[in-house]
Amino acid sequence: MKQNRHIIYSRPAALTGKQMHYCAGCGHSLVHKLLAEVMDELHIQNKTIGVAPVGCAVFAYYYLKCDMSEAPHGRTPAVATGIKRSRPDRIVFSYQGDGDLAAIGMAETIHTANRGENITVIFINNTVYGMTGGQMAPTTLVGQQTPTCPSGRKASTTGCPIRVCELLNTLDRPFYIERTALDGVPGIMKTKKALLTAFKSQLDGKGYSFVEILSPCPTYFRLSPDESLQFVKNELSKHFPVRVFRKEGVSIK
Amino acid sequence: MKHTALKADKERVFMTGNEALAEGAIRAGCRFYFGYPITPQNEIPAYMAKRLPECGGVFIQAESELAAINMVLGASVTGARAMTSSSSPGISLKQEGISYLAGCQLPAVIANIQRGGPGLGSIDPSQGDYFQATKGGGHGDYRTIVLAPISVQEMHTFTIKAFRLADNYRIPVVILADGRLGQMMEPIYLHRGPPPPVPPKPWALTGAKGRKPNWIRSLLVAEGELEKHNYELQTCYRKIAQQETRYEEMYANDCDLLVAAWGTCARIAKGAMMAARARGLKVGLYRPITLWPFPARRLAKIASKAKAILVVEMNCGQMLEDVRMATGGAAKIFFSGYPGGKVPSESDILRVIYGVAKKTKT
Repeated sequence: MKQNRHIIYSRPAALTGKQMHYCAGCGHSLVHKLLAEVMDELHIQNKTIGVAPVGCAVFAYYYLKCDMSEAPHGRTPAVATGIKRSRPDRIVFSYQGDGDLAAIGMAETIHTANRGENITVIFINNTVYGMTGGQMAPTTLVGQQTPTCPSGRKASTTGCPIRVCELLNTLDRPFYIERTALDGVPGIMKTKKALLTAFKSQLDGKGYSFVEILSPCPTYFRLSPDESLQFVKNELSKHFPVRVFRKEGVSIK
Repeated sequence: MKHTALKADKERVFMTGNEALAEGAIRAGCRFYFGYPITPQNEIPAYMAKRLPECGGVFIQAESELAAINMVLGASVTGARAMTSSSSPGISLKQEGISYLAGCQLPAVIANIQRGGPGLGSIDPSQGDYFQATKGGGHGDYRTIVLAPISVQEMHTFTIKAFRLADNYRIPVVILADGRLGQMMEPIYLHRGPPPPVPPKPWALTGAKGRKPNWIRSLLVAEGELEKHNYELQTCYRKIAQQETRYEEMYANDCDLLVAAWGTCARIAKGAMMAARARGLKVGLYRPITLWPFPARRLAKIASKAKAILVVEMNCGQMLEDVRMATGGAAKIFFSGYPGGKVPSESDILRVIYGVAKKTKT
């Protein structure tokens, strides 16, 4: 009997195994796992340096078995730039949420992409500031209720959700830009593939890679984990088209 | 790291203070400069943009001062010697990053070629950022070493010293100069030796190969963790205060009136003091080289002998507060300030010295 038992899945070696602090159904824990799998598959765990954001994922270094630095809120790509320029042979990623990347850190986001820094930026878009209580983010949908837009986001006073992939795709230097959605198993598998492509292009020295991941935040969507996946699929994906925007440095129409 | 020498190595060279500072950084082994344009320090990024690529280094004109200081942080976490420079309004923007550097115990060098403030102020020389540099500047319970040069030569040598201090104590070091020192030209001797030795940096992020992952962080939320960390920082600050406090004095043991000044003002006050002595007035000079740690103990000792102290600054009285605290009323204190971009002349200060001498009958 024994020879018929196969291990079909085990915890990725690049994951520490520490119990995660994320809420049930949160997208961060999924992406951490995918990131660890990608580090394993590309054998880069021992030469990867990550930069954690200010936000729910600030403790990413508890879970990922690679060197990691904190950064001030929004400055994550600037810190990643400093790391990559001083250690060009290391694999550097910046892991950021929507407030960090598209509000306070928008200047760093655009200019890092525009310089074509050879780093990978992972953008967790869950439309809210998770750590501080679910406030309105630059990507909050019009009509979506948060503590700082209690009667729903109004376009007339707070504008509309920013589509970051589309914005970055207007620049000449990025090499790879893709948006995926954690909306079920196929979406999760696609996200892993996107992360693999991004890290591979960095390994090959091709330049800036950006993966936006539409991600569930059940706590501040005020939905169950399962309903949150449906919300990502039916609502978020409608405003933020899930597709490849830039491949091999070429914009995809 | 490759150490490239200028052709003029064996001679004296004629340079601006800003260029001397930049060349000092290169000779200190700094290969990473990140900055953003602002007057009156633009010669530094221009010099670095030209020189660093020649030495295999990296120059980036960042999108903002915020990005620049955080690129410094990024290079520093990998163990590299890195710096940025700016002038007063730009330094205000860098304060968040400096607080993170301090919290994460990261070495870095930050040059502030001061201009007038508050706000956009002026582009004229000023010493208005003494409080900001010496009392923290950013949030939290931290210190930075602050060096105050008075000549183009010192702009050069203090920069080399700054990198040594930053690495040895894992602390951000501020060079607090002003537009006058940055823009003026003087002949100087360039540093010809090797860069200061780089201490081992087992904490650096280089990829977790054959060791546990390293973390660079300042968020310490477990019970007692932050308190312990802050006490560690304070222990380091005490050690710096014991070992690195520097000052210069002239006739301090033989004066009735002690002029206390730093940076550009100290340079000019030196001339005024000599002129006063030539006319028979017993005047001395006390000049802190490290503004933090402030050389308070020596000042207290001199103050107990002098009848009066005259503090001269290009602000409304900032070091003045440290002088008052250090001397505790031992001598009568007078102040002469120039807060509007005017640099006092030797005769301006001499006039004030006469006035104080008359009032105190020294």
